[in-house]
Amino acid sequence: MAASEHTVLQFTPTQSSTSLSAKVHPLVIFNICDCYVRRPDQAERVIGTLLGSVLPDGTVDIRNSYAVPHNESSDQVALDIDYHHNMLLSLQKVNPKEVIVGWYSTGLGVTGGSALIHEFYSREVPNPIHLTVDTGFRNGEGTIKAYVSVNLSLGDRQLAAQFQEIPVDLRMVEAERVGFDILKTPMVDKIPSDLEGMEASMQRLLALIDDVYKYVDDVVEGHVASDSSIGRFISETVASLPKLSPSAFDKLVNDSLQDHLLLLYLSSITRTQLSLAEKLNTAAQIL
Amino acid sequence: MANNSGNTVARSFLQVASTEEVAPSLRVVQIEGLVILKIIKHCKEFSPALVTGQLLGLDVGSVLEVTNCFPFPIREEDEEIEADGANYQLEMMRCLREVNVDNNTVGWYQSTLLGSFQTVELIETFMNYQENIRRCVCIIYDPSRSNQGVLALKALKLSDAFMELYRSNNFTGEKLRERNLSWVDIFEEIPIKVSNSALISAFMTELEADSPITQCDYDRLQLSTNPFMERNVEFLIECMDELSMEQQKFQFYYRNLSRQQAQQQAWLQKRRSENMARKAAGEDPLPEEDPSNPIFKPIPEPSRLDSFLITNQIANFCNQINGVSGQSFNRLYLMKALQDS
Repeated sequence: MAASEHTVLQFTPTQSSTSLSAKVHPLVIFNICDCYVRRPDQAERVIGTLLGSVLPDGTVDIRNSYAVPHNESSDQVALDIDYHHNMLLSLQKVNPKEVIVGWYSTGLGVTGGSALIHEFYSREVPNPIHLTVDTGFRNGEGTIKAYVSVNLSLGDRQLAAQFQEIPVDLRMVEAERVGFDILKTPMVDKIPSDLEGMEASMQRLLALIDDVYKYVDDVVEGHVASDSSIGRFISETVASLPKLSPSAFDKLVNDSLQDHLLLLYLSSITRTQLSLAEKLNTAAQIL
Repeated sequence: MANNSGNTVARSFLQVASTEEVAPSLRVVQIEGLVILKIIKHCKEFSPALVTGQLLGLDVGSVLEVTNCFPFPIREEDEEIEADGANYQLEMMRCLREVNVDNNTVGWYQSTLLGSFQTVELIETFMNYQENIRRCVCIIYDPSRSNQGVLALKALKLSDAFMELYRSNNFTGEKLRERNLSWVDIFEEIPIKVSNSALISAFMTELEADSPITQCDYDRLQLSTNPFMERNVEFLIECMDELSMEQQKFQFYYRNLSRQQAQQQAWLQKRRSENMARKAAGEDPLPEEDPSNPIFKPIPEPSRLDSFLITNQIANFCNQINGVSGQSFNRLYLMKALQDS
């Protein structure tokens, strides 16, 4: 790809003309960081393709990504297009619903070379999203921004491509499911078992309830100004506990307990049966 | 002097070449967070269909590091697609190598439904992989259990003793008793460690939502486990049926065997009495064995492999039921405490 003269303007919009927003799944971020860590020594940044789908309400759901080898010098950018297509074909064999929705690059801000790459991607997809992930933590935090390109034209002549920022929603639902503890620390010694996880959840719940108690006490004693919306939330929560008479509730709990005990008993019997059967099977002597 | 040193060098070289390296046994599988997320995403997208994928990484001493993975497309039962599958794999490995991903296959992962993964195909796949790679591991992920809030990820490998036995394809009771091999020894579960690069942990630390409760807590504290338990028990019942069928096969075999032995004894008696008569008449005694007689044909003992696998599955289901019941107890008591207060 040759250099051309596009100037790039970049400002945060006060009102965006397109109501586009992007949702990024945590896997994408993991992928990008991993590719960044593994990049060849002479490359400063990593460029790759974003895959996902467009939801019916217009938001772009970014679900997967892969890096594309590229060569970058001061005014030229060369992207390995064959690689890009090969990977796309391979990945689509697994999941044909994921299509190209844009591209990403690491590093803060949008540079001149990005406009060329964006142009390339806009040939593949009508309105590609450009995601920048700041792996250098230049602002003191890792910023993830998404941009859409809008063409500024004067009459018939195209002047410049403006990168407008669109809101990014980082849905960490899957990461939460796995548990941030596992994903946060550089090394976890073992995956927590069921009961340990249960314990952790209950502790968190307990902490929350304590917080709420403290807050209510403070408000009653006048230390903290009362906020009616919070009060409404609390009363809704308390009211959502089903109103059962204590005896009915006890009966419910006991019934469930008995069911579970029965299942436990069944499974222990099964295991005894198994060990017995196995002893019989292999210990049978042929006379 | 030169000769001496030359000799010592030659000897030590020979020594080194003759002593085989003893590979340290695999103790831990170290997975990267990236791989976990990828596996979860792939398995969840296609659940309840079962999917597989390949694991890539490095084999370092007693730790098997898994650094990346890629999914396999759903394979049709068509012959031509077999070649496609191999092509896909080569293509993916080539592409990943260009971006400096470890190109070394260390195993595969598959999703499972409620823990019913112990099948003969699994063992065969293991044997296939084991021929090419010295150490391979299989990671099993259960998306239905993960809805309960538990990360149901397991790393398995076949135990060495079992592999040797499988190669000889001999599963009779005697052999198993010799090796002291029972159904627990087929699969070995290896503990999993999770590692993340520093960059990713920085990002995750920052992106972590501030709220003290996460989705995983919501999943865990849910009270309704009935559907899960029901399916578990259903599978358990089916497996028990299969196990009882296997038991019947054994019974049949033993009955046949004892009947055959009784027949052999009777025939032997007859022969002996004939021989006595012949001796009395002065003729040569007939041989006491007659291999052409069909009652001497040894009946093949049925392989115990299936029953072992089924037993494994049943044990797995039982374990799961235990785990979920434990959790439910916790939840129920929690509810009770909440209601009381």
